Amino acid sequence: MMPATTAETQRAHRQGDAPLLEIENLAIHFRSPKGVARVVDGTTLTIHRNEIVGVAGESGSGKTTLVEALLQIVRFPNRETRGRVMFTTRAGQKVDLMQLGPRQMRRLRLDEIAYVPQGSMNSLNPVVRVGTQIVDGMVDHGVGEREARRRVPGILERVGLEPRVAKLYPHELSGGMKQRVIIAIAISMNPALIIADEPTTALDVNVQRRILETLSRLRDELGVAILMVSHDLPVHAQLVDRVAVMYAGQIVETGDVRSVVKTPLHPYAKGLMQAIPSITKPRERLEGIRGTTPSPFAWPDGCRFHNRCPYAMEVCANVPPFIAGVRAGQRETVDGVMDVQPGREVACHLYPESTPDAEATS
Amino acid sequence: MSGSIMQLDNVTTIFGAGSGATVANDRVSLEIAESPPRLLSIVGESGSGKTTAARTLLGLQPPTSGRALWRGKDIYRLSRREMVQFRHEVQAVFQDPYGIYNPFYKINRVFDMTIRKFGLAASRKEREERIREALEVVSLRPHDVLGRYPHQLSGGERQRVMLARAYLLKPKVIVADEAISMLDVAVRAVIMNILIDFKDELGISTVFITHDLSAAYYLGGDIMVMRRGQVVETGDVDTVLKAPSHPYTQLLLESIPSPDPDDRWEIGAGELGTLERQAGVAAQ
Repeated sequence: MMPATTAETQRAHRQGDAPLLEIENLAIHFRSPKGVARVVDGTTLTIHRNEIVGVAGESGSGKTTLVEALLQIVRFPNRETRGRVMFTTRAGQKVDLMQLGPRQMRRLRLDEIAYVPQGSMNSLNPVVRVGTQIVDGMVDHGVGEREARRRVPGILERVGLEPRVAKLYPHELSGGMKQRVIIAIAISMNPALIIADEPTTALDVNVQRRILETLSRLRDELGVAILMVSHDLPVHAQLVDRVAVMYAGQIVETGDVRSVVKTPLHPYAKGLMQAIPSITKPRERLEGIRGTTPSPFAWPDGCRFHNRCPYAMEVCANVPPFIAGVRAGQRETVDGVMDVQPGREVACHLYPESTPDAEATS
Repeated sequence: MSGSIMQLDNVTTIFGAGSGATVANDRVSLEIAESPPRLLSIVGESGSGKTTAARTLLGLQPPTSGRALWRGKDIYRLSRREMVQFRHEVQAVFQDPYGIYNPFYKINRVFDMTIRKFGLAASRKEREERIREALEVVSLRPHDVLGRYPHQLSGGERQRVMLARAYLLKPKVIVADEAISMLDVAVRAVIMNILIDFKDELGISTVFITHDLSAAYYLGGDIMVMRRGQVVETGDVDTVLKAPSHPYTQLLLESIPSPDPDDRWEIGAGELGTLERQAGVAAQ
């Protein structure tokens, strides 16, 4: 268990920090013959320096599209993007990632924002030695080849690999080692932010544990911030500081991971927590969440979760709730009266903060 | 005491030959009796041989040595008639609910073919009744799946259709190979509940192949831990997980991420790889 003091100090430290990445009302829509798919729809999320933020949600909730859009990876001809993504560069400038041209974006990638896509450990070049693949990225970003080669052993060591691994080919590595090489590439330019999409998903549990430990150590040692996408809540519980729960293209709840896991406010978040079997708890029947994820071509009206929600009220079918900060203190939640910690946000009509004013809606 | 439905008796399976040979299963034995029905989870990391064991049970992978038996007969020497009976009694559910459907046919065909091949219904009315009942058992509404194409269903729905198909045949044994690992958390429990109900209410045994120890715990019943082709520990799941006797089981257990943020791993606790060394696996 992490000593509480360290965690508290870190949190206090972070709170003093300026935001590194501010996603403001981001929407990513795709036009198709079937209509418009509103894959990400009005998402707001802030990541501070040296903070680990998790994005959780089931498949089809838009988590991957969200992080791909941040780096302008998706360049679908029919893509429409709205909203801003403000990133504070090393030079202290604030830039809107959505407004950057391809060349500016390319300069920022790897150098200031590194991206570890889902399954990327299987995309290492099979005929190039690992060391060279790490060098390539650095050279591309202006580091001299000799200098880049000199740095490789140190970078490998940071991610828990021996320097000799530089001479190996990807097929000579295990899955965990390949993922470490990908992380080595990601940290090679000492970025301020690493975006990791399902970094441990195809790995065995013992390897997953080691990779998560490595990411946590890198945050402490390098001061890097990490935005991690994972469908797996226990993985978030082990690694992240704050978690954002996505449902149907929107973030429905954010907060300190401990509070969100222990006192979920959104019925969907509660459903997710209750669906996880745990060997430390007595065995009791889990019900999961009834119904299925709606289609991005036709999200339900009102709250997008209302037709699967055991707490749905009349207002839920008509009025979309918006994500809002929730008053802290003793209050009624989906789990009964709980002590709600400050810094929680939720989009649900069970909390009056989320319901638009009557005048505003009429 | 009743007879055995399925049995692996000292099964060894070797892929390749010479110095590059891989021993995928090394003297693996297990038994599913006629009754009582049983839930048996086979767990282990990738490459531990759990899928090879499942394929051997399903009649898809003849062992190099040892015997794979169905009702006392060698699965790989069944007559045509026995094979039909075997395919009726032993059903498979695989990992990828996307890959097993023919995308050109509607879901109905899955049921129609099964009913026709095994002569399960005498009339059209009876057939429809059977299908409706099977879908009900897995909590699917007929109009949600019938008349639709596989790509129109979610992963969880597709996996439930496979279980509904299995139910039609009232098998003795279901072999489920990583049947929940591609599904969302919210529907994993639903699938496992169906398997538990199949056992309790219909007497269907399940061999549940998984890399997820918490799923094995939730399912209950028995557990068999495999590593490098060998069975390292076996027994009642509660006993094995509460007091694992093999260091490898211990390693797997300690690697399960706890859903409680107050129960985090100690970063850098002990020397990196100590647990792995005791368990005899490479630290990665």
